[in-house]
Amino acid sequence: MSNQVKNNTDFEVRSLDTTGTNESTLEHKWYHKFKYLLVGIGFGIVFVKAEITSWFRIQEMFRLQSFHMYGIIGSAVLVGMISVWLIKKFKIKTIYGEVIEFHSKPFNKGQIIGGTLFGLGWAITGACPDPLFAQMGTGASIVAVTFLSAVAGTWIYGLL
Amino acid sequence: MIELIKQPWPWYVAGSLIGLTVPLLLILGNKSFGISSTFRHICAACFPANIPYFKYDWKKEIWNLIFVLGIFIGGALSMHFLSNPNHVDIHPKLATELAKYGISNYDNLIPSEIINWPALLTLKGLLMIVLGGFMIGFGIRYAGGCTSGHSITGLSNLQTSSLIATCCFMLGGFITANLILPFILSLS
Repeated sequence: MSNQVKNNTDFEVRSLDTTGTNESTLEHKWYHKFKYLLVGIGFGIVFVKAEITSWFRIQEMFRLQSFHMYGIIGSAVLVGMISVWLIKKFKIKTIYGEVIEFHSKPFNKGQIIGGTLFGLGWAITGACPDPLFAQMGTGASIVAVTFLSAVAGTWIYGLL
Repeated sequence: MIELIKQPWPWYVAGSLIGLTVPLLLILGNKSFGISSTFRHICAACFPANIPYFKYDWKKEIWNLIFVLGIFIGGALSMHFLSNPNHVDIHPKLATELAKYGISNYDNLIPSEIINWPALLTLKGLLMIVLGGFMIGFGIRYAGGCTSGHSITGLSNLQTSSLIATCCFMLGGFITANLILPFILSLS
Protein backbone atom coordinates (compact mmCIF):
# COMPACT_ATOMS: atom_id res chain seq x y z
CA MET A 1 0.00 0.00 0.00
CA SER A 2 2.72 2.48 0.96
CA ASN A 3 4.42 1.77 -2.33
CA GLN A 4 1.28 2.71 -4.16
CA VAL A 5 1.07 5.94 -2.22
CA LYS A 6 4.58 6.89 -3.20
CA ASN A 7 3.88 6.11 -6.81
CA ASN A 8 0.47 7.62 -6.96
CA THR A 9 0.41 9.20 -10.40
CA ASP A 10 -3.29 9.80 -10.12
CA PHE A 11 -4.02 13.49 -9.72
CA GLU A 12 -7.48 12.92 -8.52
CA VAL A 13 -7.43 10.16 -5.93
CA ARG A 14 -6.55 12.24 -2.96
CA SER A 15 -6.90 9.57 -0.30
CA LEU A 16 -3.94 7.78 -1.87
CA ASP A 17 -1.80 10.85 -1.21
CA THR A 18 -2.61 11.00 2.43
CA THR A 19 -2.78 7.35 3.45
CA GLY A 20 -0.84 6.84 6.62
CA THR A 21 0.67 10.30 6.73
CA ASN A 22 -1.79 12.97 7.44
CA GLU A 23 -5.01 11.23 6.85
CA SER A 24 -8.13 12.88 8.09
CA THR A 25 -9.33 11.17 11.20
CA LEU A 26 -12.60 12.97 11.13
CA GLU A 27 -15.60 10.74 10.71
CA HIS A 28 -18.79 12.27 9.53
CA LYS A 29 -22.33 11.06 9.42
CA TRP A 30 -23.53 10.02 5.97
CA TYR A 31 -25.58 13.15 5.43
CA HIS A 32 -22.42 15.26 5.43
CA LYS A 33 -21.81 13.83 1.97
CA PHE A 34 -25.05 15.45 0.86
CA LYS A 35 -23.23 18.73 0.25
CA TYR A 36 -21.26 17.15 -2.57
CA LEU A 37 -24.52 16.17 -4.22
CA LEU A 38 -25.62 19.81 -4.12
CA VAL A 39 -22.32 21.05 -5.56
CA GLY A 40 -22.64 18.39 -8.26
CA ILE A 41 -26.16 19.47 -9.15
CA GLY A 42 -25.05 23.09 -9.48
CA PHE A 43 -22.12 21.99 -11.56
CA GLY A 44 -24.28 19.86 -13.86
CA ILE A 45 -26.59 22.81 -14.47
CA VAL A 46 -23.63 25.05 -15.38
CA PHE A 47 -22.35 22.38 -17.74
CA VAL A 48 -25.58 22.05 -19.65
CA LYS A 49 -26.51 25.72 -19.64
CA ALA A 50 -23.09 26.85 -20.85
CA GLU A 51 -23.20 24.11 -23.52
CA ILE A 52 -19.89 22.69 -22.36
CA THR A 53 -21.54 19.32 -22.79
CA SER A 54 -22.34 20.06 -26.41
CA TRP A 55 -20.58 18.04 -29.09
CA PHE A 56 -20.95 21.02 -31.41
CA ARG A 57 -19.17 23.45 -29.08
CA ILE A 58 -16.28 21.01 -28.74
CA GLN A 59 -16.03 20.75 -32.53
CA GLU A 60 -15.97 24.55 -32.79
CA MET A 61 -13.22 24.68 -30.20
CA PHE A 62 -10.99 22.25 -32.06
CA ARG A 63 -11.57 24.13 -35.32
CA LEU A 64 -10.83 27.51 -33.73
CA GLN A 65 -14.29 28.68 -34.74
CA SER A 66 -15.40 29.86 -31.35
CA PHE A 67 -13.90 31.50 -28.33
CA HIS A 68 -16.58 30.11 -26.01
CA MET A 69 -14.76 27.03 -24.65
CA TYR A 70 -11.41 28.82 -24.41
CA GLY A 71 -13.08 31.58 -22.43
CA ILE A 72 -14.64 29.07 -20.06
CA ILE A 73 -11.46 27.08 -19.46
CA GLY A 74 -9.37 30.26 -19.21
CA SER A 75 -11.62 32.01 -16.73
CA ALA A 76 -12.06 28.82 -14.70
CA VAL A 77 -8.31 28.39 -14.41
CA LEU A 78 -7.87 32.05 -13.50
CA VAL A 79 -10.51 31.91 -10.77
CA GLY A 80 -9.12 28.58 -9.54
CA MET A 81 -5.58 29.95 -9.43
CA ILE A 82 -6.55 33.01 -7.45
CA SER A 83 -8.58 30.85 -5.06
CA VAL A 84 -5.75 28.39 -4.45
CA TRP A 85 -3.35 31.29 -3.95
CA LEU A 86 -5.69 32.86 -1.40
CA ILE A 87 -6.17 29.54 0.42
CA LYS A 88 -2.40 29.11 0.67
CA LYS A 89 -1.73 32.72 1.60
CA PHE A 90 -4.31 32.96 4.36
CA LYS A 91 -4.03 29.29 5.36
CA ILE A 92 -7.77 28.90 5.03
CA LYS A 93 -9.07 25.78 6.72
CA THR A 94 -11.93 23.48 5.81
CA ILE A 95 -15.31 23.93 7.45
CA TYR A 96 -14.23 21.20 9.87
CA GLY A 97 -11.08 23.10 10.78
CA GLU A 98 -8.68 20.86 8.89
CA VAL A 99 -5.64 22.23 7.12
CA ILE A 100 -6.09 22.27 3.34
CA GLU A 101 -3.29 20.37 1.70
CA PHE A 102 -1.90 20.48 -1.79
CA HIS A 103 0.10 17.70 -3.35
CA SER A 104 2.50 18.23 -6.19
CA LYS A 105 2.63 15.56 -8.81
CA PRO A 106 5.76 14.75 -10.77
CA PHE A 107 5.77 14.51 -14.52
CA ASN A 108 5.46 11.12 -16.18
CA LYS A 109 5.09 10.07 -19.78
CA GLY A 110 1.47 9.09 -19.20
CA GLN A 111 0.55 12.73 -19.30
CA ILE A 112 1.76 12.93 -22.89
CA ILE A 113 0.58 9.58 -24.25
CA GLY A 114 -2.57 9.30 -22.15
CA GLY A 115 -3.30 12.98 -22.63
CA THR A 116 -3.16 12.71 -26.42
CA LEU A 117 -5.31 9.57 -26.42
CA PHE A 118 -7.84 11.31 -24.25
CA GLY A 119 -7.84 14.26 -26.64
CA LEU A 120 -8.79 11.82 -29.38
CA GLY A 121 -11.74 10.52 -27.38
CA TRP A 122 -12.71 14.06 -26.43
CA ALA A 123 -12.92 15.25 -30.03
CA ILE A 124 -14.83 12.17 -31.21
CA THR A 125 -17.43 11.96 -28.46
CA GLY A 126 -17.54 15.69 -27.73
CA ALA A 127 -17.29 14.94 -24.04
CA CYS A 128 -14.68 14.81 -21.37
CA PRO A 129 -15.67 12.61 -18.43
CA ASP A 130 -17.53 15.36 -16.61
CA PRO A 131 -20.04 16.12 -19.38
CA LEU A 132 -20.73 12.42 -19.90
CA PHE A 133 -22.68 12.39 -16.67
CA ALA A 134 -24.55 15.56 -17.54
CA GLN A 135 -25.33 14.27 -21.03
CA MET A 136 -26.81 11.12 -19.55
CA GLY A 137 -28.83 13.29 -17.21
CA THR A 138 -30.36 15.14 -20.13
CA GLY A 139 -31.79 11.85 -21.28
CA ALA A 140 -29.34 10.86 -24.00
CA SER A 141 -29.44 7.18 -23.14
CA ILE A 142 -26.95 6.24 -25.84
CA VAL A 143 -24.28 8.08 -23.84
CA ALA A 144 -24.52 5.25 -21.32
CA VAL A 145 -22.69 3.13 -23.89
CA THR A 146 -19.95 5.75 -24.17
CA PHE A 147 -19.80 5.81 -20.40
CA LEU A 148 -19.50 2.03 -20.09
CA SER A 149 -16.82 2.08 -22.79
CA ALA A 150 -14.91 4.64 -20.74
CA VAL A 151 -15.18 2.43 -17.66
CA ALA A 152 -13.89 -0.44 -19.78
CA GLY A 153 -11.00 1.76 -20.96
CA THR A 154 -10.07 2.54 -17.38
CA TRP A 155 -10.30 -1.13 -16.48
CA ILE A 156 -8.00 -2.14 -19.33
CA TYR A 157 -5.55 0.56 -18.28
CA GLY A 158 -5.59 -0.90 -14.76
CA LEU A 159 -5.03 -4.36 -16.18
CA LEU A 160 -1.97 -3.36 -18.23
CA MET B 1 -35.02 36.29 -14.58
CA ILE B 2 -35.99 32.73 -15.41
CA GLU B 3 -35.97 33.68 -19.10
CA LEU B 4 -32.41 34.88 -18.71
CA ILE B 5 -31.36 31.64 -17.04
CA LYS B 6 -32.88 29.65 -19.87
CA GLN B 7 -30.60 31.32 -22.41
CA PRO B 8 -27.19 29.75 -22.99
CA TRP B 9 -24.88 31.12 -20.30
CA PRO B 10 -21.96 33.33 -21.32
CA TRP B 11 -18.45 31.91 -20.94
CA TYR B 12 -17.35 34.20 -18.11
CA VAL B 13 -20.29 33.19 -15.91
CA ALA B 14 -19.73 29.47 -16.50
CA GLY B 15 -15.95 29.74 -16.24
CA SER B 16 -16.06 31.61 -12.95
CA LEU B 17 -18.54 29.17 -11.44
CA ILE B 18 -16.42 26.21 -12.51
CA GLY B 19 -13.31 27.90 -11.15
CA LEU B 20 -15.06 28.44 -7.82
CA THR B 21 -15.71 24.71 -7.57
CA VAL B 22 -12.02 24.25 -6.78
CA PRO B 23 -11.99 26.25 -3.51
CA LEU B 24 -15.52 25.15 -2.67
CA LEU B 25 -14.60 21.46 -2.63
CA LEU B 26 -11.35 22.16 -0.80
CA ILE B 27 -13.11 24.15 1.89
CA LEU B 28 -16.04 21.77 2.19
CA GLY B 29 -13.83 18.80 2.92
CA ASN B 30 -10.30 18.93 1.50
CA LYS B 31 -11.44 17.41 -1.78
CA SER B 32 -9.69 18.09 -5.03
CA PHE B 33 -11.94 18.72 -7.95
CA GLY B 34 -11.56 15.94 -10.49
CA ILE B 35 -14.11 13.75 -12.10
CA SER B 36 -12.40 11.14 -14.22
CA SER B 37 -11.27 9.23 -11.14
CA THR B 38 -14.87 8.13 -10.69
CA PHE B 39 -14.22 5.62 -13.49
CA ARG B 40 -11.47 4.15 -11.37
CA HIS B 41 -13.71 4.03 -8.31
CA ILE B 42 -16.44 2.30 -10.27
CA CYS B 43 -13.93 -0.31 -11.44
CA ALA B 44 -12.58 -0.69 -7.91
CA ALA B 45 -16.06 -1.06 -6.49
CA CYS B 46 -17.59 -3.31 -9.15
CA PHE B 47 -14.88 -5.29 -10.94
CA PRO B 48 -11.59 -5.03 -9.04
CA ALA B 49 -10.49 -8.47 -10.37
CA ASN B 50 -7.47 -8.43 -8.09
CA ILE B 51 -5.78 -5.78 -10.24
CA PRO B 52 -3.39 -3.74 -8.07
CA TYR B 53 -4.53 -0.46 -9.64
CA PHE B 54 -8.01 -1.09 -8.26
CA LYS B 55 -6.96 -2.29 -4.83
CA TYR B 56 -7.50 0.69 -2.61
CA ASP B 57 -10.18 1.87 -0.31
CA TRP B 58 -12.59 3.38 -2.84
CA LYS B 59 -15.09 4.08 -0.06
CA LYS B 60 -12.88 6.99 0.99
CA GLU B 61 -13.58 8.57 -2.36
CA ILE B 62 -17.29 7.95 -2.30
CA TRP B 63 -17.89 11.71 -2.23
CA ASN B 64 -16.68 11.73 -5.83
CA LEU B 65 -19.41 9.29 -6.89
CA ILE B 66 -21.99 11.37 -5.04
CA PHE B 67 -20.66 14.45 -6.83
CA VAL B 68 -21.12 12.90 -10.28
CA LEU B 69 -24.57 11.70 -9.30
CA GLY B 70 -25.24 15.38 -8.62
CA ILE B 71 -23.97 16.28 -12.10
CA PHE B 72 -26.35 13.71 -13.55
CA ILE B 73 -29.28 15.20 -11.63
CA GLY B 74 -28.16 18.72 -12.56
CA GLY B 75 -28.18 17.72 -16.22
CA ALA B 76 -31.70 16.33 -15.88
CA LEU B 77 -32.96 19.42 -14.04
CA SER B 78 -31.61 21.86 -16.59
CA MET B 79 -33.08 19.80 -19.40
CA HIS B 80 -36.55 19.71 -17.88
CA PHE B 81 -36.82 23.12 -16.28
CA LEU B 82 -34.23 25.41 -17.81
CA SER B 83 -34.00 24.25 -21.36
CA ASN B 84 -33.29 26.83 -24.04
CA PRO B 85 -36.45 27.48 -26.07
CA ASN B 86 -34.47 28.66 -29.12
CA HIS B 87 -32.47 26.75 -31.67
CA VAL B 88 -28.79 26.31 -31.02
CA ASP B 89 -26.55 28.29 -33.35
CA ILE B 90 -23.26 26.93 -34.53
CA HIS B 91 -20.50 28.46 -36.62
CA PRO B 92 -21.57 28.59 -40.30
CA LYS B 93 -18.39 26.83 -41.44
CA LEU B 94 -19.03 23.97 -39.05
CA ALA B 95 -22.63 23.81 -40.23
CA THR B 96 -21.49 23.52 -43.86
CA GLU B 97 -18.98 20.85 -42.95
CA LEU B 98 -21.44 18.81 -40.91
CA ALA B 99 -24.12 19.09 -43.58
CA LYS B 100 -21.89 16.98 -45.82
CA TYR B 101 -22.25 14.17 -43.30
CA GLY B 102 -25.98 14.58 -42.90
CA ILE B 103 -25.87 16.39 -39.58
CA SER B 104 -28.27 19.30 -39.41
CA ASN B 105 -29.93 19.04 -36.01
CA TYR B 106 -27.92 20.95 -33.40
CA ASP B 107 -30.56 21.14 -30.71
CA ASN B 108 -29.33 18.18 -28.70
CA LEU B 109 -26.04 18.07 -26.88
CA ILE B 110 -24.94 15.26 -29.13
CA PRO B 111 -25.51 14.94 -32.89
CA SER B 112 -28.54 12.69 -32.68
CA GLU B 113 -28.38 11.82 -36.38
CA ILE B 114 -25.16 9.88 -35.94
CA ILE B 115 -24.98 9.05 -32.25
CA ASN B 116 -28.00 6.92 -31.49
CA TRP B 117 -28.85 3.32 -30.61
CA PRO B 118 -29.27 1.94 -34.16
CA ALA B 119 -25.92 3.53 -35.07
CA LEU B 120 -24.23 1.09 -32.71
CA LEU B 121 -24.62 -1.52 -35.43
CA THR B 122 -22.56 0.51 -37.91
CA LEU B 123 -18.80 0.97 -37.99
CA LYS B 124 -19.15 4.74 -37.75
CA GLY B 125 -21.38 4.49 -34.71
CA LEU B 126 -19.11 1.96 -33.05
CA LEU B 127 -16.07 4.16 -33.54
CA MET B 128 -17.84 7.29 -32.34
CA ILE B 129 -19.53 5.77 -29.32
CA VAL B 130 -17.43 2.83 -28.18
CA LEU B 131 -13.93 3.70 -29.34
CA GLY B 132 -14.37 7.34 -28.30
CA GLY B 133 -15.55 6.33 -24.86
CA PHE B 134 -12.77 3.78 -24.50
CA MET B 135 -10.13 6.37 -25.38
CA ILE B 136 -11.54 8.74 -22.78
CA GLY B 137 -11.41 6.10 -20.05
CA PHE B 138 -8.01 4.76 -21.02
CA GLY B 139 -6.38 8.12 -21.76
CA ILE B 140 -7.48 9.94 -18.64
CA ARG B 141 -6.28 7.25 -16.27
CA TYR B 142 -2.97 7.01 -18.08
CA ALA B 143 -2.65 10.78 -17.89
CA GLY B 144 -3.76 10.76 -14.24
CA GLY B 145 -6.56 13.26 -14.65
CA CYS B 146 -8.93 14.91 -17.07
CA THR B 147 -9.93 18.43 -17.96
CA SER B 148 -11.13 19.00 -14.39
CA GLY B 149 -8.33 17.19 -12.56
CA HIS B 150 -5.46 18.47 -14.71
CA SER B 151 -6.61 21.51 -16.61
CA ILE B 152 -8.61 23.17 -13.84
CA THR B 153 -7.30 21.85 -10.52
CA GLY B 154 -3.74 21.10 -11.62
CA LEU B 155 -3.24 24.43 -13.38
CA SER B 156 -4.82 26.27 -10.43
CA ASN B 157 -2.10 24.72 -8.29
CA LEU B 158 0.55 25.67 -10.89
CA GLN B 159 1.56 22.11 -11.75
CA THR B 160 3.88 21.84 -14.75
CA SER B 161 2.80 18.27 -15.40
CA SER B 162 -0.81 19.42 -15.64
CA LEU B 163 0.19 22.03 -18.20
CA ILE B 164 1.87 19.34 -20.28
CA ALA B 165 -1.19 17.11 -19.96
CA THR B 166 -3.52 19.96 -20.96
CA CYS B 167 -1.43 20.74 -24.05
CA CYS B 168 -1.60 17.06 -25.02
CA PHE B 169 -5.39 16.99 -24.53
CA MET B 170 -5.64 19.89 -26.94
CA LEU B 171 -3.13 18.42 -29.37
CA GLY B 172 -5.00 15.11 -29.48
CA GLY B 173 -8.26 16.97 -29.95
CA PHE B 174 -6.95 19.18 -32.78
CA ILE B 175 -5.51 16.24 -34.69
CA THR B 176 -8.64 14.18 -34.22
CA ALA B 177 -11.23 16.84 -34.98
CA ASN B 178 -9.47 18.05 -38.13
CA LEU B 179 -7.89 14.91 -39.55
CA ILE B 180 -9.43 11.76 -38.08
CA LEU B 181 -13.03 12.74 -37.41
CA PRO B 182 -13.77 13.77 -41.03
CA PHE B 183 -12.71 10.28 -42.06
CA ILE B 184 -14.91 8.60 -39.44
CA LEU B 185 -17.86 10.82 -40.35
CA SER B 186 -17.52 10.00 -44.03
CA LEU B 187 -17.99 6.29 -43.33
CA SER B 188 -21.45 5.15 -44.21
